[in-house]
Amino acid sequence: MAKITLSKLRHSYLSTPKSDSDYALKEIDLDWTDGGAYALLGPSGCGKSTLLNIISGLLVPSEGQILFDGKDVTALPPDQRNIAQVFQFPVIYDTMTVYDNLAFPLRNRGRDEATVHERVMAIAEMLEVTEMLEQKAAGLSPDNKQKISMGRGLVREDVNVVMFDEPLTVIDPHLKWKLRSKLKELHQRVKATMIYVTHDQTEALTFADQVVVMQLGEVVQIGTPVELFERPAHTFVGHFIGSPGMNILPCELHQGSSVFAGQSVALEGPVQGAANGRTEIGIRPEFVSLADHGLPAAVTKVSDIGRHTVVECEAGGCRINAITDGAAPEKGSAVRLAFRQDMTRLYVDGWLATSPAADEQGAA
Amino acid sequence: MKTENQKAWFFVLPVLALVAFNALIPMMTVVNYSVQETFGDNVFFWQGLDWFQQILRSDRFHAALGRQFLFTFLILIIEVPLGIAIALSMPRKGFWVPVCLVLMALPMLIPWNVVGAMWNIFTLPDIGLLGYFLNHVLGISYDMTQDPVAAWVTIVTMDVWHWTSLVVLLSYAGLVSIPDAYYQAAKIDGASNWAVFRFIQLPKMKTVLTIAILLRFMDSFNIYTEPFVLTGGGPGNSTTLLSIDLVKIALGQFDLGPAAAMSLIYFAITLLVSWLFYTLMTKDDLN
Repeated sequence: MAKITLSKLRHSYLSTPKSDSDYALKEIDLDWTDGGAYALLGPSGCGKSTLLNIISGLLVPSEGQILFDGKDVTALPPDQRNIAQVFQFPVIYDTMTVYDNLAFPLRNRGRDEATVHERVMAIAEMLEVTEMLEQKAAGLSPDNKQKISMGRGLVREDVNVVMFDEPLTVIDPHLKWKLRSKLKELHQRVKATMIYVTHDQTEALTFADQVVVMQLGEVVQIGTPVELFERPAHTFVGHFIGSPGMNILPCELHQGSSVFAGQSVALEGPVQGAANGRTEIGIRPEFVSLADHGLPAAVTKVSDIGRHTVVECEAGGCRINAITDGAAPEKGSAVRLAFRQDMTRLYVDGWLATSPAADEQGAA
Repeated sequence: MKTENQKAWFFVLPVLALVAFNALIPMMTVVNYSVQETFGDNVFFWQGLDWFQQILRSDRFHAALGRQFLFTFLILIIEVPLGIAIALSMPRKGFWVPVCLVLMALPMLIPWNVVGAMWNIFTLPDIGLLGYFLNHVLGISYDMTQDPVAAWVTIVTMDVWHWTSLVVLLSYAGLVSIPDAYYQAAKIDGASNWAVFRFIQLPKMKTVLTIAILLRFMDSFNIYTEPFVLTGGGPGNSTTLLSIDLVKIALGQFDLGPAAAMSLIYFAITLLVSWLFYTLMTKDDLN
């Protein structure tokens, strides 16, 4: 187990990258504390798998360093880094039994059979696959195969970090939930650093203590699930996380207060720095309510998603979603929308520019 | 009530007629010849299973069958490992992939008799490129028209040259279907190159290799044109394989009865070995 440090990491798949856009990863500096549960979240092609392969050693970065407990491992091959990786499609050795599959990484490292047996039995018990040990691995269901490939990583007691590359993609929906909670439980038992790559926000938010959100080869925000939800550092995070995502409304600034569609909108607090750029209001649908006063809007769509109703409105040429528990208005009706002030953020060029009002900061 | 559409039979009829004309009827003619004696003029005498007995007891048949098995064994033991080795060393992506594939496919595009003629000229001791080189440059006495060993080396080499590509292409198809994640996982698990081959590549190639071996067995067991053009079965009878012997009996000696019996036995052996091999190879998959 180790603390992992990524220092000034850049990677390009081209041999002679010219501009910034040639880089799949643009300058990443990150610290992963020992024993943490991390998720790397981002849309397809944002560089999260590239980052994972660099940590595991399957890729050598164009620039920068990877340190395990302060020791430079940038040039080390995967088998010398003591890492484990679980892939999108379960990798198992078809011709071997489940037992031999789990024993494979240990036998390759020349451990004696007594140790191998002890470790395999312990891991099998942990993964609840003990009764399958003598079976041929080829005949297993996808979720069990994925458990076995996970087990091959965990069987080595000295493993530094376990990495998951969208491990639930091929798993049936009703088993996804089970396997996900199994993962969480495993993390608490083995206390190894775990990094979980996914584009599914539910998977990321349920698994991780810290979520790293990536976009276009850059880390946009690192935070707990609550932080990402309540205070997205970038409109991308607000939009990407949440269902539906954050409402992003282009606005103008007049003497410290924002104006959207001719209406003044109260922000959570003062705007930091010079706000000369593209200015947008960001507010989550959860904090938009239907009220007697406020922004006039027309209801364009009402969808019942079970526990709540999503009311889609239009105002000032923009779509605004509101989530309501109460009675939903008719489609086409005119409503007024109220924004909860302490949840109304301002973004300049995509980045968060407001901070909470002074008294609130004092209370927190 | 279950209604059945009997009209479907009409659609099967053309195929049935075609198969009857090109396979069933010729086959039955052979069966007909195998149990009768004829002296021409469509006069037949019932002979029962005499021809079968005669063939099965003849030393000549045993010798030809022995040579046939030896030939098939030799080419399989060379072509399969060699084919796998070449497939493993071929690039998986990039510019050289199509180049390799075309080069590999080239020998297979050449007609059998042309291959035979090519190798015949190639190995002529005085003017052939290989024959001249061996005899006059390296000083190795090599003449396949005189020396049975040289004749065997030549027909086996020729078959390896002609058909290893088939094993290569099929193995390669199996190899490229292995996702990168398998190799990456093996790297992380600390697997050696041998372990990667033994536990990832070979199992993934198993299905296509079964087909490749089956095809190579059937083709080599029935081989006729190339050795016929190259050696004509000589020197002596040393390269007279089953099919060459069969044609000698049927068209050389005009012994249609024994030839018919022999071709049925020949067919049965091919079928039996193929069936045994295929059953053994796919036995595990059923469990």
